[in-house]
Amino acid sequence: METIVFSLLNGIIYGLLLFMLSSGLTLIFSMMGILNFAHASFYMLGAYFAYSIGSVTGFWVALFLAPVLVGVAGAAVERFGLRRLHAEGHVAELLFTFGLAYIIEEIVKIVWGKIAVPYKVPAALDFPLFELFGSQYPAYRIFMLVVSLAMLFALWYLLKRTRIGLIIQAALTHPNMVAHLGHNVQRIFMLVFAAGCALAGLAGVIGGNYLVTEPSMAFTIGPIVFVVVVVGGMGSLEGAFIASLLIGIMQTFAISVDATFSDLFGWLGLSASSELGGISIPSLAPTLPYLLLVLMLMFRPRGLMGAREF
Amino acid sequence: MNQQGTVLDTVSDLGPSRRAKFTRRVLPFIIMAVLLIVIPMLGPSRTALSLLNAIGINIVFALSFNILLGQTGLLSFGHAVYFGLGGYTAMHAMNWIEYADGGFWGSYPMFALPLVGFAGGAFAGALIGWPSCRRAGIPFSMISLGIAELVAATGLIFVSFFGGEEGITGDRMNGVEMFGLNLGQVHQVYWFIAFWTFVGTVAMYAFTRTPLGRLTQAVRDNPQRVEFVGYDPQQVRYLAFIASGGFAGLAGGMSAVNYEIFTPEALSLAPSGLVILMAYIGGIRYFAGPILGAILLTYMQTNLSDFSEAWLLYLGLLFIAMVLFAPGGLAGVVIDVTNRLGKPGAVQQFVKGLVAVATGMIAFFGVVILIEIAVRLTNGHGEVFQPFGIGLPSTSLMSWAIGVCLVAIGVFGLKFTTKQVGER
Repeated sequence: METIVFSLLNGIIYGLLLFMLSSGLTLIFSMMGILNFAHASFYMLGAYFAYSIGSVTGFWVALFLAPVLVGVAGAAVERFGLRRLHAEGHVAELLFTFGLAYIIEEIVKIVWGKIAVPYKVPAALDFPLFELFGSQYPAYRIFMLVVSLAMLFALWYLLKRTRIGLIIQAALTHPNMVAHLGHNVQRIFMLVFAAGCALAGLAGVIGGNYLVTEPSMAFTIGPIVFVVVVVGGMGSLEGAFIASLLIGIMQTFAISVDATFSDLFGWLGLSASSELGGISIPSLAPTLPYLLLVLMLMFRPRGLMGAREF
Repeated sequence: MNQQGTVLDTVSDLGPSRRAKFTRRVLPFIIMAVLLIVIPMLGPSRTALSLLNAIGINIVFALSFNILLGQTGLLSFGHAVYFGLGGYTAMHAMNWIEYADGGFWGSYPMFALPLVGFAGGAFAGALIGWPSCRRAGIPFSMISLGIAELVAATGLIFVSFFGGEEGITGDRMNGVEMFGLNLGQVHQVYWFIAFWTFVGTVAMYAFTRTPLGRLTQAVRDNPQRVEFVGYDPQQVRYLAFIASGGFAGLAGGMSAVNYEIFTPEALSLAPSGLVILMAYIGGIRYFAGPILGAILLTYMQTNLSDFSEAWLLYLGLLFIAMVLFAPGGLAGVVIDVTNRLGKPGAVQQFVKGLVAVATGMIAFFGVVILIEIAVRLTNGHGEVFQPFGIGLPSTSLMSWAIGVCLVAIGVFGLKFTTKQVGER
């Protein structure tokens, strides 16, 4: 019972973090057809910016300033890089963002060093909030939960209840019509790209000190975010939400299960001493998202909630 | 009847002449063979030879990748999977040869080990390819990424095949000798690598000339139309995928013999990324492009990393610059320049081009200065960057100003000159 509750809680928090990353990616992807390979690099930039700004001004200023800076960087990337490549097709854009991910990682290594920086949880939130089954639960994780849910609500409100959201939704499916109505679609694209990057930056700010802030963090989480987008379905924020939670919970549960293949499939005659039987479930946890991705693309290519195959 | 004959005659005249066929399809390979034979006569050092061996492996690997990206239009993020699986198969075969008691492996020459790698890579391609090749474009790239992560993770789980983190090792000086080579010394390995590089390159070029090779290009450009004509694009992609996996496995087999060790790192995302850079920087639209890219990047990898900590950053910048400004890669630039040389006003254009290159170099120097002083500022070794004996201390504002100024002059100049070249 204890493990289940804790895994569920941690899984939801991890899943919400994934959603914060993937929501921006999904929006950008469905709007411009660009699968931004460097999206997780903006997440990393968010964490590092927050570390640097936070060491001067404290965490709370960084919480607002770092995502804005990341958003500005994203807008610049769209304006001066991706826009030039739009006519070349999606593969060229994918290659561009792939190269960008390399460059951002190297720049981070030069500016902040090759090892992890001591980006810590702010002292104001560094205390156990409540006690459950005799173990303490850190307040910062609940803070992450609150920030993620606030972001989720804000995004939902912006997209579904405001005029801006209406135009963005229209530009998703009918960019030419929106342009004919007098909206600057290129600028909408740039703003969505910037907003998506800023969301990734925010995820970096609150996730960097929860996980670890190091130059390889982008390449660790980046592919998982792709998995979320593909599993959730093209252009579907609801799908991305479900997929994020699914993967978050699945991974935390797999880590906490203390079993091997032989325990699970012993009734098939798999012995614990054989190589296959000796594989433990926690060691498989990192591969689960990719397994899900491959299965999904093979059997249901439009994803959980996607309206069309992509 | 007579009229039909003349129509056919004119049609056949449209094809390349025998001479053009020879200079375009045969001569480059003769030059390549001559180069491969002449190089060891120049007496290269052991380091140079091992660099050449690494280049040969990467040439085959990058060319095999280009069967997918350049020819079929499939961007794979996990091509090292086939390189690695082929290499692992070859590595196991190497050990089977060593401990063989007669039988098939007892009479199998070590020299032909890359063929085992080819079989391994093609088999992996045949297994993984079918679900991957259903769609081109982004879904294909995503599946390749997922599979690459999966295989890289299994590489650490299944110790009996992949050997855990230490990998598996072997000894190449076993089995039947071929061409009198026992593969002991590095110059003997050179002949082995040169042979298989040549064979691989010719075979892959021959593949592009087959009807299947032609169809892959059609599938890249217009899959709907291919389907309309009566071919199944998925099948064409699948066959190209198997061929590409096979040649990647061939490169893996060459690597197994050259290094005598294979670790799960060979399957990971890093070499998969590097092969994308190699093929693209060289030029994916031309057959010879990946060869240029493989030579340049392997050279950079071994030599530039001694000069600068930030060599990967330079590589990334080069790649981005290529994607943005020269999608044809190095090969495209070379062909563009040679095409323009014969045209009227070539001298004028050439001068303008030189000016553009010069201003580009100014910007490049500025970038180098900025990167290098930044590296020295943060790595804490306290060195001073000294290009041409001029000391540029990282802490002085002057060095930063010089760097920024050079970049500004270069970028501004480049904008001005490229405008003129474009206007002609």
